[in-house]
Amino acid sequence: MERAASRREFLKIASGVAAGLGLGAVVTVKPASATPAEMQEAIRSVVGSARITPGKVTIELPPLIENGNAVPLTISVDSSMTEAEHVRAVHVFTEKNPQPYVVSFHLGPRAGRARVSTRMRLADSQNVVAICELSDGSLWSDSAAVVVTLAACLEDGI
Amino acid sequence: MASALINVPPRAKRGEIIEIKTLISHVMETGFRHTQLGAVIPRNIIRRFVCTYNGTEVFRADLYPAISANPFIVFSTVATESGTLSFQWTGDNGFAVTESAKITVE
Repeated sequence: MERAASRREFLKIASGVAAGLGLGAVVTVKPASATPAEMQEAIRSVVGSARITPGKVTIELPPLIENGNAVPLTISVDSSMTEAEHVRAVHVFTEKNPQPYVVSFHLGPRAGRARVSTRMRLADSQNVVAICELSDGSLWSDSAAVVVTLAACLEDGI
Repeated sequence: MASALINVPPRAKRGEIIEIKTLISHVMETGFRHTQLGAVIPRNIIRRFVCTYNGTEVFRADLYPAISANPFIVFSTVATESGTLSFQWTGDNGFAVTESAKITVE
């Protein structure tokens, strides 16, 4: 264990030295990543300060993801979707993608059924959070933990 | 040029909930990737998708870079009357595509 730690230290110092020598371009740049706190901030900036209760929303996401570039995501909300009681919006956030925002769906009573699907990118193993806004203004949430083998956003372009 | 695929049932019963699938070809460049020389590849994404049913908006989505390339969106709507469903995607660099599909409601 101690050996491994010192090896890690050495690599850290070595990469620092390399960067110092102007070889910075050779050292892989770690992609930007949001934090859970930033995600909370993003959620608040979108839905306001009202209380968020867990429940009603269901995220369907494969628990183990081979390729983070296209992850099938389905969100359904337990709602009758009538004029009196319907889903106004569904927002999706992630903890560790470079940006916490994923998508916002705006629905209404004309949707008939509160179920939407898309494909998203995941940069790391993390929690995905869905927040739903009902017509009475209440907020409901669900979260799903996923493991990503091949992360999105890491491969470089030409 | 961008091309879109839309799957809408051609006919439906009045009041039936129909599922609509849309797929559009687009790179959805995140703006977080770099070239091999270290330059940032500028963001180029679709920011908004809107579906209108005979002129009334029934579904809207705000997209961010975390949506995969070639955005695929599935949603549903109630078949209320015969007419046209219109789909509009708008995004960075003046990207704008409009497609439509006819539906007959019995």
